[in-house]
Amino acid sequence: MSNNTDQDKRQPSLADSVRDLAEREDFEQILMEHDPRLAAVLKQRGMDRRSFLKMMGASLVLAGLQGCVTASAPGEAIIPYVRMPEEVIAGEALMFASSMVLSGFATGLLIETHEGRPHRIEGNPDHPASLGGSDLYTQGSILELYNPNRSTLTRGEGAVRSFREFRDALAAVLPGDGSGLRILTETISSPTLAAQWQAIQQRYPNARWHQYEPVNNDNEVAGMELAFGQAVRPVFTFENADVVVSLDANFLNGMPGSLAYARQFMDQRRIREGSDSMNRLYAVESTPTPTGSMADHRLALAASQVDSFTRALAGAFGISAGSGETTWDGAWFDALVADLEAHRGSSLIIAGPQQPPQVHALAAALNDALGNVGSTLTYIESPIVNPLVQAEDFASLVSDMQAGSVQVLLIIGGNPAFSAPADVAFVEALGSVPFSAHLSLYFDETSELCSWHIPQSHYIETWSDARAFNGAYSVVQPPIGPLYDRTRSPIQMFALLLDDFRSPHDIVRSTWEQAFAAVPNFEAFWNATVHDGVAPNTASPAASVSLSGAVASTVSSIAAAGSGTEIIFRPAPTLFDGRFAWNTWLQELPQPLTSISWDNAALMSPATAASLNVTEGNLVSLTVDGNSMEVPAFIIAGHPDDSVTVSLGYGRGLSAELDRRQNFNAYTIRPNGSPWIASGQVSRAGGRYDVTVIRSTSDGVNLDAMVRFGTLAEFVANPEFAKSKPKDVNLLPGFTYDENAWGMSIDLTACIGCNACILGCQTENNIPNVGKDAVENGREMYWLRVDAHQVSEGGQDQNYFQPVPCMHCENAPCEQVCPVQATVHDNQGLNQMVYNRCVGTRYCSANCPYTVRRFNYFDYIDPADIALEWRNPDVSVRVEGVMEKCTFCVQRINAARAISIQNNEAIPDGAIVPACAAACPTQAIVFGDVNKDGSQVAELKAQPHNYGMLEELNTFPRTTYLARLSNPNEALHDSEEGE
Amino acid sequence: MSSQSIPQQAPAPPLPRLGEITETVTNTIFGKAPLWWLIAFGISSALAGAFVLVLGAVALFGTGLWGINVPIVWGMGITNLVFWIGIGHAGTFISAFLLLMRQSWRNAFSRYAEAMTLFALATAGMFPLFHVGRPEWIFYFAPYPNTMILNPQWLSPLVWDAIAISTYGGISAIFWFLDLIPDIAAMRDKAKRPIPRAFYGFLALGWRSDSNHWERLHKTAYILAALATPLVISVHSVVGLDFAIGNLPGWHHSIFPPYFVAGAIFSGLAMTVIVGIVLRSGYEGLKDFITMDHIDKALKLMLITGLLVTYGYMAETFGGWYKADAFELPLIIERAIGPYAPFYLAMLFFNCILIQLLWFKPVRKNIALILVICVGILIGMWLERFVIVSVSLSYTYLAPTWEVFNFTFWDILTIFGPFGFFFAQFLVFIRFLPSLPISETQQHAVEVAHA
Repeated sequence: MSNNTDQDKRQPSLADSVRDLAEREDFEQILMEHDPRLAAVLKQRGMDRRSFLKMMGASLVLAGLQGCVTASAPGEAIIPYVRMPEEVIAGEALMFASSMVLSGFATGLLIETHEGRPHRIEGNPDHPASLGGSDLYTQGSILELYNPNRSTLTRGEGAVRSFREFRDALAAVLPGDGSGLRILTETISSPTLAAQWQAIQQRYPNARWHQYEPVNNDNEVAGMELAFGQAVRPVFTFENADVVVSLDANFLNGMPGSLAYARQFMDQRRIREGSDSMNRLYAVESTPTPTGSMADHRLALAASQVDSFTRALAGAFGISAGSGETTWDGAWFDALVADLEAHRGSSLIIAGPQQPPQVHALAAALNDALGNVGSTLTYIESPIVNPLVQAEDFASLVSDMQAGSVQVLLIIGGNPAFSAPADVAFVEALGSVPFSAHLSLYFDETSELCSWHIPQSHYIETWSDARAFNGAYSVVQPPIGPLYDRTRSPIQMFALLLDDFRSPHDIVRSTWEQAFAAVPNFEAFWNATVHDGVAPNTASPAASVSLSGAVASTVSSIAAAGSGTEIIFRPAPTLFDGRFAWNTWLQELPQPLTSISWDNAALMSPATAASLNVTEGNLVSLTVDGNSMEVPAFIIAGHPDDSVTVSLGYGRGLSAELDRRQNFNAYTIRPNGSPWIASGQVSRAGGRYDVTVIRSTSDGVNLDAMVRFGTLAEFVANPEFAKSKPKDVNLLPGFTYDENAWGMSIDLTACIGCNACILGCQTENNIPNVGKDAVENGREMYWLRVDAHQVSEGGQDQNYFQPVPCMHCENAPCEQVCPVQATVHDNQGLNQMVYNRCVGTRYCSANCPYTVRRFNYFDYIDPADIALEWRNPDVSVRVEGVMEKCTFCVQRINAARAISIQNNEAIPDGAIVPACAAACPTQAIVFGDVNKDGSQVAELKAQPHNYGMLEELNTFPRTTYLARLSNPNEALHDSEEGE
Repeated sequence: MSSQSIPQQAPAPPLPRLGEITETVTNTIFGKAPLWWLIAFGISSALAGAFVLVLGAVALFGTGLWGINVPIVWGMGITNLVFWIGIGHAGTFISAFLLLMRQSWRNAFSRYAEAMTLFALATAGMFPLFHVGRPEWIFYFAPYPNTMILNPQWLSPLVWDAIAISTYGGISAIFWFLDLIPDIAAMRDKAKRPIPRAFYGFLALGWRSDSNHWERLHKTAYILAALATPLVISVHSVVGLDFAIGNLPGWHHSIFPPYFVAGAIFSGLAMTVIVGIVLRSGYEGLKDFITMDHIDKALKLMLITGLLVTYGYMAETFGGWYKADAFELPLIIERAIGPYAPFYLAMLFFNCILIQLLWFKPVRKNIALILVICVGILIGMWLERFVIVSVSLSYTYLAPTWEVFNFTFWDILTIFGPFGFFFAQFLVFIRFLPSLPISETQQHAVEVAHA
């Protein structure tokens, strides 16, 4: 408050500082910022500064007294650590199974807690939607829990209120039969909310429930309705799929169930010595995605052309659906048809969620015609409660609001004021609703416009449930109680309408008791389910579906192509629909493939950029139906021409540090009618905005030194094609390893470039974010980077992903040049950083051929930050001026060793999983003891296609790679070679 | 080697009487400070203040104030360290190397060139200290006794560097001071007021111009010169090893040590000539001592070292091309045509092309042109250090990690501030100590007269 140094010298008392504060001119404003509740009380009572002083004096005395008891004792019994709670051992992490819901579907999690404090999220191996892997959203969501910008106060009618006041206000306006009562939620699959809704409907028969999320499954819902006339959804089984065709579907990284799909897909591609079969992926793709990067054959096609392509493909298999303009390579198409023909029953066609309903319907018809149903995919009843086309439902809600027929609107989650399509006047309509309330994590755009705002509990603070992409019943278990006692969960909001005052836990449990009434011992079943995070054997059974004969006729009319340039909208790879905009982890994290950090950009092909006369960073103006936005251009090879992709979720203007410098909000031009693929005008606008990119491509310079790749046929012919021969000359004596020798193997064939490992590493190792400017200056602190080499070869744009952690060289260049022995070799081959000894000459970094070291140019840690709570207590936090780098998660190695010593046994293989390996959805990273015969990592390193990066420098890296293998179609591969 | 075998090359300058030499030199000190000195000192002090500001800010807020990043972890700190150590080189080269070679024409230069060495070293010494992330722990470089038996890591060239530079600094200081003793005694004798007399008297260590004193002084000077001469070679060689030992494509060259030494003498002589010209024009009386002939000799030496440096550039580039190193070729190409091209091409212009003018006698007599060439060399040599340190770091083995250095406000201050720091020290020196070696100049005058 007061920065006066003289005052500091005479040690001002607390009372002094209170008086100084009261005397300041901007006193009221300061008070409003720091304690809006107190400010509100003062204002209401008409107090002056004198009263404030009196009150603060009394409060200070009382605060002193309160210190004698407990600051804020919870209602329940608490146990001091002197007598430790069962299971909790100080210093040891506990994992709790839970689930996170996104777009309605649950992903299983394990939440790591230290002394009751959650600090990290990993995938739940027992959960069908995770299989142990995790993605950016699940891992990043924990930072939201600790976000200091979370809303903690109930607000209503311009003042801070209590929840009781809200309840009273709501009760006063609730119509008896519910007419005029609308509830707007995000996509819901929760059995508890579904049951609660049924009860609400009985009590308020005229109430209506709408679901709207900007990133939804509308196309799939509508497509299935077209194909089967039923609310079903496809679930894929890659085990039996030898030929996979993606119709603009980023099924490895951008669909419900992606984590499981990525794992299953890659399980068919892990080539080891002797094996010679591998699945084959054809990707017809608009915006380049990790899925297209993994494809054996990728066809860049404008998103609006995928429809025509699908029709042509359907035509080749006897489904007459008309045909559009043919803009693709005929040989490619013929080879695909022949390959599918040869793999009837073992092929799989996947339609992308951003593709229109008819593509989904035709994909269903194709799978049916190829005999894939039951073999590579099944249909299940949609786990979503009331699956509707949300865009239509939302539009009808808004028109009802405008018509004045909505009296009470409860918005539970979501942020429609920000994310509503440009041509749906939600914000204006909200003005004509007399009573509106918004439950949300932050006091956001929607909260500001609603008459009431209730802070939402973070999902890991409260009990809930949901269903996975395959229908499995999942529990959302909170490992921690609400951090802020005024927060409420969606279940509590629904319960409010039912005058149900049980805790969320009791509500969820009683729902399950009814849903699983047939289970003989519910108590045991419930405990097991909560323990595992998922109820066993609850994946939905295959629904019997029959293709409606009308598919062909209903989809036969091709919508007239728009005259303008195609504009593709995609959820932001890191911020999703904008809900993670406060999340610095996700803001800074390089976006998969492009490595853009902090920014939104219009992705376009080099040819499109040339025709628009723009270079990277030039602002382009995108116009759809008269709405326009400006966004910087970003050039990416592999994007179809005359097409531009822009991400949703940016430009919320939250704070100067986060995004106030950019206003690239794609919702402002997004049409409700065609929310993913629009036709509009793209032109060069004046001005520049430099897109922040964490450089990750080699542009082909010395690519062979980094990534080695070949085809399956080449591997079979010459398994050692990727080997390099180090010279093995050293003047210095080498090291010997009597016990363990830790090493890592990274399978480049399996790496999909999703960057989950980077975030996993960051959360485990307390890696700070440095901000946009510092990232621009090359000071990002990630210990692990994923290089995305974009290479054009033979007319094909290829992406090669390569995670690069510290190589832990046996003959480490960094160790030899450190003047103070701050980086040293240990007896297990770890190359260690001794932070205390480091003076920061940075010579080690200059001498590291892999450039994996990171330097603390500033103190990146603000000790006053509540977000400190997420930090891992097992990992030192580094100060300004020291070097840091990947440790192979030495804290996990030591934890495993402690256990092995207790049990008096060797550390079992697989007992140590570094954070990057734990996060990886495809298990591309394997860690273990290379000294131990038969360990997984030793076996991988013995593979013929194992190689070390820059081995010719004699560094003997402990991290090695398995060369990337692909399985191209002979027919196409030869023609490409010929080019 | 006897002194007779060395031909006395210096043509006889108009010979002043020996007393006049003392008179002229001491007058520069006992006279009122000239206006140009006050102005120069004011500007230098301001720049020095800026330098102190940079160092203080970096120590307080972190090295992040500079534009360095990963992989360009070394920026202005190391660039300036190498540059300023190089500036110091000419001093020892002139005073020790030429003394051993009995090149007595060196005398006019030797005193202030030695002083330059010291001040350049003092300036250079600031950089490693503040370049590191945690200067408060810099003593880990020293093999001090400790309970953990932790020593420096002897394999690291930085440790060799610390030893080489501190040895060099120590010997240079002693050498310089020894040489000063007879002249300080002369100052003591000339001083009229008690405080200067006490000041110089204290520093003169009781010198009485006794022939025993002279004999011992000469012996010691020769021994120290013999010690210091290899240091001229070794110090910058070791600095060159910092880079040559590293395995970065732009650093891993065996040619670095000799090429660094040549470059150091090259830039050091340029600075010496600039300072000599300033002294000449500042103190009219010194024109007779620092003659155009001296400057001519220095310029010829510069031309030789400049050609050596040029050879170094060619050898480095040729080597990279000849061994067809896949990692070095991108560096060679990128630095010539990439974002750093202006730096690299300017370096080639100043260090290789501009100096060709020195072949021509009229150029070597034209003060204005000499100044232009010498300032050009300083710029060129600074750029060379920057190209070696930061530009090489920009092109690491793995192309995905390449970055481009961005100069911040603090980087700019770090470039210019040290000049103020250096000149402020130097100006204090010429104000309070004899900037020409009185006795040696007298000796040289006698030798020339007898020849």
